Amino acid sequence: MADSIFRKLRDGGEEGELAPALTIEETVVSPFALDVSCYLLANLSSSILAGKSKSEGLVLVTFSRSPSFYLQFLKQRGIVVSSSSKWIRVLDCYTDPLGWIDQPSTGVTEGPSLVKLNKCVSDLKRLFSSVIDAGREMVGDGKTRFSVAIDSVNELLRHSSMPLVSGLLTDLRSHAQVSSLFWSLNTDLHQEKVTNALEYISTMKANLEPFCPSPDGKRNALENLFLAHQDFGKGRFHVRFKLRKGRVRVMSEEYHVDQTGINLSPISSAESVIAATKSLIPKASYLVHFNLQLSEKERVEKEKVVLPFEHQDHGKSTEIYDGRRTLADGKTEATPLSSGELQADVVSSGKGGEIIYFRDSDDEHPDSDEDPDDDLDI
Amino acid sequence: MDRSVNLLDLALGLDEPSPLRGKVVLIEDCVETSGSFVLHQMMKRVLSPHSSDSLIFLAFARPFSHYDRVLRKLGCNLSTQKTNNRLVFVDMLMMKCSDNESGVAKLFREIQGTVGKLRSVTNSNITVMVDDMSLLEIAATNSNSDHVLDFLHYCHTLTSESNCSLVTLNHEDIYSSMERPAYLLQMVCLADIVIKAEPLASGLANDVHGQLTVVNKGMISSKSGKGSSRNKLQNFQFRIKENGIEYFYPGCSRN
Repeated sequence: MADSIFRKLRDGGEEGELAPALTIEETVVSPFALDVSCYLLANLSSSILAGKSKSEGLVLVTFSRSPSFYLQFLKQRGIVVSSSSKWIRVLDCYTDPLGWIDQPSTGVTEGPSLVKLNKCVSDLKRLFSSVIDAGREMVGDGKTRFSVAIDSVNELLRHSSMPLVSGLLTDLRSHAQVSSLFWSLNTDLHQEKVTNALEYISTMKANLEPFCPSPDGKRNALENLFLAHQDFGKGRFHVRFKLRKGRVRVMSEEYHVDQTGINLSPISSAESVIAATKSLIPKASYLVHFNLQLSEKERVEKEKVVLPFEHQDHGKSTEIYDGRRTLADGKTEATPLSSGELQADVVSSGKGGEIIYFRDSDDEHPDSDEDPDDDLDI
Repeated sequence: MDRSVNLLDLALGLDEPSPLRGKVVLIEDCVETSGSFVLHQMMKRVLSPHSSDSLIFLAFARPFSHYDRVLRKLGCNLSTQKTNNRLVFVDMLMMKCSDNESGVAKLFREIQGTVGKLRSVTNSNITVMVDDMSLLEIAATNSNSDHVLDFLHYCHTLTSESNCSLVTLNHEDIYSSMERPAYLLQMVCLADIVIKAEPLASGLANDVHGQLTVVNKGMISSKSGKGSSRNKLQNFQFRIKENGIEYFYPGCSRN
């Protein structure tokens, strides 16, 4: 499924249509959007260098990590980026987004260079121009196109309102030279309307669902993080494609995150998923040193036990002998409490060695003033 | 000196060389259980005589004498470390930030300058500690949580540009979740390691003073070679003694 996303970003949109756009959604419990972005970045870069992509350049806009982080990552994947590379440009909105650092600069580094510093991320019009200018530096002003990757829009949304950010992304999609576009978002940091608005703009949405959902859906994201399983780097990667005719296609994979990044694989069989889910020990059980789980046999035996209540939830009431019935009734009623069933003619047969006990109190009315010793002939 | 590794050290990956380099650690505590002892333990580790690391400490909560007294009992002399230029203690109680964004910006530039000076004389790890983030918001009068988050973002750039570590302490129970639900989450998202100090579910106890949950998110390794493990959650209990802290799993005997 991740390959499908990559292919759509690589191939871009058709002429006259808006560029395909991807939103990568992460949460506090599944904070792996950076891994997905790096995966797409590496694949897009490789395809651009191999000449297999509709776009001939990539503009990377960094908000959450430094440009050197991504350049080092690409180098580890065998993609060496130097100052003379003409297929990639980095717009650095991470190092000094608000202009706090004293540097002799007018706001955006002038002149062609691999990394351009942006010191005013709240000016979205200027940011848009910077992205387009960086792209045109690589591919020129003609019909050749370039892709745009924004590592995170969380910081953008902190400094600018949702309509302005939405406008920026739509403007980028609408530009004739932008071939494709993707960004990431942490849905726990924003209101639902923000997430929905960004989903409306995108043609693809990818979200990461951990294998260990919270036992109580009403808990907030912070509580969910500390209730996560010991090893919470696994889950499902869902992708939702909006097709041109209006249909929606959803595909899923399993993901596993390690030091090298995100690894995607087809969903395993239902039984193994259920077994994997059942093997996730809740936090409480993880803390104690005795078994809280029931085996199948124990569960069946437990269900067979009849509780000493008259109403057993099976549609009919059950009479439980309580030792306070009359003598006449006692002759025809059962004594064993565990069965809870009526038996007839218990007294006459004497079979089976039963002991039938009739309480003295059966002969008396409640709250009687009679001395129980009055019947003694002393 | 005691070089034994305890459960907190293992959870933080301190059994590996320079595990916190370039990382952000967030300590969360509450009224019932203070997380200051975690900060003190990390101070002691950074200023250990077995390392040459440096520490820049922004003190908003207490004066130098308090930390000096506490660390002395743990076997660490802060005055000596100050003299040796391994400790830069910024007493924010005596300083006053101006009441706008430029106050926190100026504070960051001072920290950046200090990091630059230290980096010019040592290649060892530099740790920036803040005690605590809620008081930073108050110190910069009329500041708001956005400025604090901006400050944190810029400190985050120090972890990548200058390979520093950032350790902050925050009280998670003083913010109404209805007013600013994203503020605490922003800090959690920024952190690579989150340490939560909270009381036991059963309440107060004489021999167990609380529990720690350590979430070590790690990060995709942009550097070649071995990386620390990712996405690990560990929970254990602790007991604060006169001269140190004991950490143990529930139900296990303590040393």
